[in-house]
Amino acid sequence: MSMILEVEKPLLELENKIKELKEVNLTGRVDLSSEIRLLERKAEQLKKSIYENLSAWDRVLIARHSVRPGTLDYIQALFTDFLELHGDRLYADDPAIVGGLARFEGRSCVVVGHQKGKGTKDNLARNFGMPNPEGFRKAGRLMSLAHRFRLPIFTFIDTPGAYPGIEAEERGQYEAIASNIALMTELGSPIVTLVIGEGGSGGALGIAVGDRVLILENSVYSVISPEGCATILWRDASKAEQAASWLGLTSDKLLRLGLVDEVLSEPLGGAHRETENVFATVRGALRRHLGELLLSTPAELVTSRYAKYRRMGVVLEQALTP
Amino acid sequence: MAGLFDKFRVNRPKVDQSRSDETQRAELPSDLWIKCSDCGNAMYRKVFLDNSKVCDKCGFHHKLTAHERLELLADPGSFEEWDKGLFSGNPLGIEGEYLEKLVSDRKKTGLEDAVLSGKIELTGIPVGIAIMDFHFRGGSMGSVVGEKITRMLERSGDLRFPALVVTSSGGARMQEGMLSLMQMVRTSAAVRRLNDLSVPYFCLLTDPTTAGVAASFAALGDVIVAEPRAIIGFSGARVIEQTIRQKLPPGFQTSEFYQKHGFIDMVVPRSELRATMARLIGMFAQPVLESPA
Ligand SMILES: [Zn+2]
Repeated sequence: MSMILEVEKPLLELENKIKELKEVNLTGRVDLSSEIRLLERKAEQLKKSIYENLSAWDRVLIARHSVRPGTLDYIQALFTDFLELHGDRLYADDPAIVGGLARFEGRSCVVVGHQKGKGTKDNLARNFGMPNPEGFRKAGRLMSLAHRFRLPIFTFIDTPGAYPGIEAEERGQYEAIASNIALMTELGSPIVTLVIGEGGSGGALGIAVGDRVLILENSVYSVISPEGCATILWRDASKAEQAASWLGLTSDKLLRLGLVDEVLSEPLGGAHRETENVFATVRGALRRHLGELLLSTPAELVTSRYAKYRRMGVVLEQALTP
Repeated sequence: MAGLFDKFRVNRPKVDQSRSDETQRAELPSDLWIKCSDCGNAMYRKVFLDNSKVCDKCGFHHKLTAHERLELLADPGSFEEWDKGLFSGNPLGIEGEYLEKLVSDRKKTGLEDAVLSGKIELTGIPVGIAIMDFHFRGGSMGSVVGEKITRMLERSGDLRFPALVVTSSGGARMQEGMLSLMQMVRTSAAVRRLNDLSVPYFCLLTDPTTAGVAASFAALGDVIVAEPRAIIGFSGARVIEQTIRQKLPPGFQTSEFYQKHGFIDMVVPRSELRATMARLIGMFAQPVLESPA
């Protein structure tokens, strides 16, 4: 497993050491069990101190980690009978957004999410999880379907952003996102959204308007990429690390501002380290939130969703003085 | 959305108005002259202003302030401001010059934030209006802009006034982080409520209308009008160029480009704007005003 965090290196070295000692121990020539126990305790402490002090930028890197579970992993782990549906019925099928019908705990639903690739070839095919307009329109079509048949909607968010390309603009990237946002505010289906990795601005929001918006602890959700922000503020993309802490994109900050409803904890080191554990957490949260939402009528859902977003803003009655 | 708040540099020199004024002063003997930021044509300032800041040579439409826009569109004396006294906070605790810039932009524009909203009459028809002003933090949408536009749309629904938003914005206000992105949702939700009430909603897109503003209420008009050669789009031109590593075609991401691709109903020059908007809104005025649901 490729590790990308500089801060994780000492831990990795220690874990390798423990592995070596364990192998030697197995030969039975010397008894190293007390040394191993000592090192394991040390590793546990190190792990804690590393992951409890992650910077915003560290979390950006974890959120982008190439082996972090993606939408299809969650679908496979938490849903049954997934039937992937393709295309926006207008232009094309966009592999950067996957969606279809599935069952969650026996109940039919619609599930939609961004999908990054695994490995270079797959990543190219999926455009690194950056949707074109047809991806948003496919998602909109599936969510409208859900609305008509009163099916719950789950969306999984994991994208660097909407694709910045000539054809994407020609086919109305901005219109596709706007239409989905507006659509999602008026669907009678319960909508549960989970940010599983990178929430890249409008490209994320295009499928992320929900009755409940949840986020995994190490996921990030940002109005602009840290690199883009650094370029604009300081004309220097290499200051992305600084921009990350500036932008308030981490789960704890989003929760504090009331922009997400719940932060789901991850195993130390990130979701990719103990995926079964993460899937269990997510399953429990989805079940709980959906259960609560199913108590409301479609009209009540639309009304309370409007009220939820209506509150999102910080407006003062007096000007701030610098 | 790497293009958020990006300076949309496309196929024409990006000219900062205040700077061009300074260069102007250095080159020409007095303040009487102004140079077209597109073709460089020098015009008498008075002619330029009489022409609503449209270049008399190349027809380029320079940015208007919110107050100039109001003067252009509204029946004289008909404007009634709504929701005064709302100010941006600093929810992320940003340090540095951001708060100072809010103060200086307030002074410069006479606005409290990047949008002016209220009621106007347009050839006697009452209209709820919100006008964005690029001269205030690039017209960027933070909580105050979102709040004022949402309130204007809600009140227009209550009063059964047709609603009009005049956009001019680089997108979301980065300094408010994700709060600014969420303004896309509340404004769009308010548009859908107007749709449900059968109250017509119009967009007038002016230079520039991009990123988070383009991708929310600006795209949702029952009828969408744009001024000529306004820059419109989602991603910033520079970001696209860097991503695809090729030059962008001439005229990319302009009003005319988006009209050709099917996203804009009409491109209307400023000289005809008031008359055209009045005709357009007039089409909806009678049934809407006479039959509150
Ligand atoms: Zn000119």
